[in-house]
Amino acid sequence: MDLLRLLSFGPDGWGDELLQGTWLTIRLALATVPFGLALGFLIALAKRSPNRYLRAFGNAYTTVFRGLPELLTIFIVYFGGQIALQRIVGLFSDATVEVNGFIAGMVALGVVFSAYASEVFLGAFNNITRGQYEAAYALGLRPATTLRLVIVPQLVRLALPGLANLWLILLKDTSLVSVIALDDLLRKTGLAVRVTKEPFLFFGVACLIYLALSMISSIGIVAIERWANRGLRRAS
Amino acid sequence: MNWDALATYGPRMLQGLVVTLQLVAISITLGALLSIPVALARMSRSRILRAISFGYMYFFRGTPLLAQVFLVYYGAGQFRTQLDSIGLWWLFKDAFFCCVLTFTLNTGAYQAEILRGAIRAVPAGQREAAMSLGLKPRQIFRKIVMPQAILIALRPLGNEVILMVKGSSVAAIVTVFDLMGVTRLAYSRTFDFQVYLWAAVLYLVVVEIIRRVWDKLEHRLTRHLRSA
Repeated sequence: MDLLRLLSFGPDGWGDELLQGTWLTIRLALATVPFGLALGFLIALAKRSPNRYLRAFGNAYTTVFRGLPELLTIFIVYFGGQIALQRIVGLFSDATVEVNGFIAGMVALGVVFSAYASEVFLGAFNNITRGQYEAAYALGLRPATTLRLVIVPQLVRLALPGLANLWLILLKDTSLVSVIALDDLLRKTGLAVRVTKEPFLFFGVACLIYLALSMISSIGIVAIERWANRGLRRAS
Repeated sequence: MNWDALATYGPRMLQGLVVTLQLVAISITLGALLSIPVALARMSRSRILRAISFGYMYFFRGTPLLAQVFLVYYGAGQFRTQLDSIGLWWLFKDAFFCCVLTFTLNTGAYQAEILRGAIRAVPAGQREAAMSLGLKPRQIFRKIVMPQAILIALRPLGNEVILMVKGSSVAAIVTVFDLMGVTRLAYSRTFDFQVYLWAAVLYLVVVEIIRRVWDKLEHRLTRHLRSA
């Protein structure tokens, strides 16, 4: 059948192009997570800090990046980053800089991810009872050691459901980077549509690929949650 | 500040904001109407109804909104002759309509999930008490379960409205001149980065207003649940 030939791999099919796009989508999402998690954790710490200005900064950061449309954040990081870098480089030379689309996409998605993740971390922090800190203090652990050995392991378990949700949202948000000339799944699909004039087929297939990605993620999430809760089941 | 650009594009951006609000208001309202039968189908005894509503909700919650918009807007073009013959082509060639249709289907799926969770969260004792008072199932649903479920759903629904305001910006990519669309146009004419920051401020103001109004609404609607 004709439609199957369009989706096949090889020179006259678009299967390999779609696969490349899917691969880029996955890489982008995977690259965003560590960046977003680290940033989100720092923001959560800032929001819990005794310092008034740090707290205000953390709260403003969350309000802004949870309130802005993801698409706008991507444009701001992409164009704004380009201008800012150009200014900095302009101080030393006349070279023109081109912001890498992948990096810009990663930063923009990571910033959004971190704003939501900081709220998840904050909720998890609030679920750790004071006794945990007191016990660690009574054992003579330093604050940094307490955080690393006592709080964070519990935090991971408490934050996991929220973070898993954010991962699924992130996976869908990656489609927005297709507007800044990054060859992700949706953009590759758009190219295929322009050549083949089969929009319904190709965008439908793209949707199914996104669905498959989130299904696979769900399986992975269940496994990770089982791992994170391993200490809990025995205790109960 | 670039006052020239502000004078030229400021009013147009406000017009764009109106388009954004229209998109959101229409989609959220239609989505709310759609979500009730979908949520009921999801909890129905019929396996077929359950499967259909599950498939619908899974598809629209599991795929990116932008991909859905492309599927409807560009996909409709492929069925032009069929749409023409039933006299609907004039609707589907309009990007605004396609966006409203897609957003409605999208938010309908999310709202159905919210509603389902809220209905299940109403304590069983409420239903049992109503049954023992001899109320009919329809009455129980309309007068006992639904009013309480809506109160439970209020907070997530407010979040959904805000998500829709943000999500509606993808309409700009299929040539709708909402706030995002006008901003993109202004940037392509002026190459002044400021326009994106103005748009950011406008979006933040809208989101903040909705959040505050929703808090007030929730406070008012749950006043009977608070102890004096």
